[in-house]
Amino acid sequence: MSLETDVRALESELEDADHTRRRQRSSLWTELGDWLRQPGALLAAPPMLLLALGFLGPLLLVAAFSLIPPKTFDLGGAWTIRNYVDIVTESYWISFAWSFALATVTVILLMLICYPLAYAMTKVFGRAANILTLLLVIPLFVSENIRLFGWVLSLVKGGVLPGAAELWLGLDISGLLYTVPAIVLGLVYVYLPFMLFPMVLGLSMVPDRLREAAVDLGASRWQLFREIELPLAMPGILIGCLLTFILALGSLAESKILGGSAIVMIADDIESAFTFAQNWPKGAALSVLLIVLAGGLVFAVLSRLDLDKILGRG
Amino acid sequence: MNSATPATTESAAPILRLQNVDKLFGDFVAVERVNLDIREGEFFTIVGPSGSGKTTLIRMLVGMDKPSDGNILLRGTRINDVPANKRPTCMVFQSLALFPHKTVGQNIEFPLKIRGVPPAERRGRCERLLQQLHLPQDYYGKAVGKCSGGEQQRVALARALAFDPEILFFDEPLSAIDYRLRKALEKELKDIHRETGKTFVYITHSLEEAMVMSDRIAIMRGGRVVQVGTPDEIYNRPRNRFVSEFMGEVNVLEVARDGDRLRDGASGALLQGPAMPEGFTKGFLVIRPEAFRFLNGTADATPNRLEGRLYNEYSLGSRMQYQVHVGGGVFLVEKLREQRYQGQLDDSVTIGWDPAEAMLFEE
Repeated sequence: MSLETDVRALESELEDADHTRRRQRSSLWTELGDWLRQPGALLAAPPMLLLALGFLGPLLLVAAFSLIPPKTFDLGGAWTIRNYVDIVTESYWISFAWSFALATVTVILLMLICYPLAYAMTKVFGRAANILTLLLVIPLFVSENIRLFGWVLSLVKGGVLPGAAELWLGLDISGLLYTVPAIVLGLVYVYLPFMLFPMVLGLSMVPDRLREAAVDLGASRWQLFREIELPLAMPGILIGCLLTFILALGSLAESKILGGSAIVMIADDIESAFTFAQNWPKGAALSVLLIVLAGGLVFAVLSRLDLDKILGRG
Repeated sequence: MNSATPATTESAAPILRLQNVDKLFGDFVAVERVNLDIREGEFFTIVGPSGSGKTTLIRMLVGMDKPSDGNILLRGTRINDVPANKRPTCMVFQSLALFPHKTVGQNIEFPLKIRGVPPAERRGRCERLLQQLHLPQDYYGKAVGKCSGGEQQRVALARALAFDPEILFFDEPLSAIDYRLRKALEKELKDIHRETGKTFVYITHSLEEAMVMSDRIAIMRGGRVVQVGTPDEIYNRPRNRFVSEFMGEVNVLEVARDGDRLRDGASGALLQGPAMPEGFTKGFLVIRPEAFRFLNGTADATPNRLEGRLYNEYSLGSRMQYQVHVGGGVFLVEKLREQRYQGQLDDSVTIGWDPAEAMLFEE
């Protein structure tokens, strides 16, 4: 009798525990359900999945490959940092240095070229700015390599530009192709829209009233630029700089097509490691290093500059 | 009213003189033949409805636009072609145009920084201005976006005062402010005008606002200046129907001459008006709501009596307003609250006014 009571009591206790557990599980399920029911969550799910499979997955795979022994393809083996040690001890720093240097020069040149152009497009040209936009966008429909080969034909000895320069100006620029300046020319040419359009956006965010107020308070053209236009357009300028810097850093075609074998940029090294050398782990390690260096630089710049503060929302 | 205003000196030479100033945009005449003399130290207000050309006019005075024709003279020197940043004047904008990326202190110090005043001196001037405009000293480092509307007004004014202009222009800076704050800021602005002794030129669409602050008012319509005068002159002797109507709610009767009297078109009543100008045939009789009296019996001897029906009443705070229907005409009558009409809606009432209190205009 007493045993039966005890068993029953135990049973009911277990039952209670089970209930609690089930209740907990169901509450977790309802929470998930609630989360999925909130606006946008389901709509965001397909792109999230795509990003996870198509972007994050391969990145992790590259990171994993960078940690296996050189010239192997087996992810199951022992992990090592040999590849990174090799990179540091070998002369890869030269490729890294060229890439960073050329990307920096490209960004600086693009800033100088694009600011007046962006200013004109937002403030001076009026409706003609649309035509200019179209003219700048149309070349993007042509493959980058074809456009670069166009430059090869223009710059090659006896080509359009050296020929014209010699005929009309008496200048000999036939040696320009396959040099570093030719690579810079290609980088600036290809990435111009990526600096120009964010800059146009940034400059169009500067209200005319603020310009007028600054001028009314005595500001000269230069003071207006320094005190009002530049800081207020800074978000757009920064985005343009980051975009073009990252793109130029990872560029490959410009140095190969316009630079010939003048220099080797890091993307070139990565490509060789994956293709000719069949050394995937080293290519992966170089890629990881480039991502880390570029990412670190971007984060350093972004954390130094508070966009909210620039926009006066801080 | 005039006795309380500081002597703005009829005799003083004008600090700013406009001679036949025109502004054309293509074929559109925005400002036409404007002649104005603005005197040293006065609070001068240009009033007009939207599209009257007042904004175009002030943009020319500040130097952001050039006149198509005519002259703008600052202390006798022609400044038509002097750009805004070379003029010793500045403006408080309608949108205030505070720099969002700068703090309150940096905004106020901006004109000083432009002139290369050293930071320590800038800071001192800025702190005095914060104090003068009743802004707390710790606002120096505050983001302008975090200030309230009224505080932003004061920052904009402080920035303009830091410039130390010979003439301070205002482009409707109070139009976006709620009523009570606006009333307070209007008075504050007039106080600051007194303290600084500077020449203020203010534009607004509200004659009421102009009345509160101004020493003199110019009224614009369709690009032309219709009337210039002190608030008293504008109020008591409006030059035409437009000016009288601009002042606020008035009764406008379309009248035609009938012997030595006037016949009201809407009610058909025969009225006694003020003295008629030579050759007057028809025009408008303007009567302020407060000129009306409710008449009891025949004790009141006014020749103007209209019998009608009390249609509705509105409470305007210290005053009461009544809508009285007379034949086909609608009249607005205003009384002080303590003199309010004792009776009910739909009462038959008789309203009357003294002929001299009405204004007669031909246009």
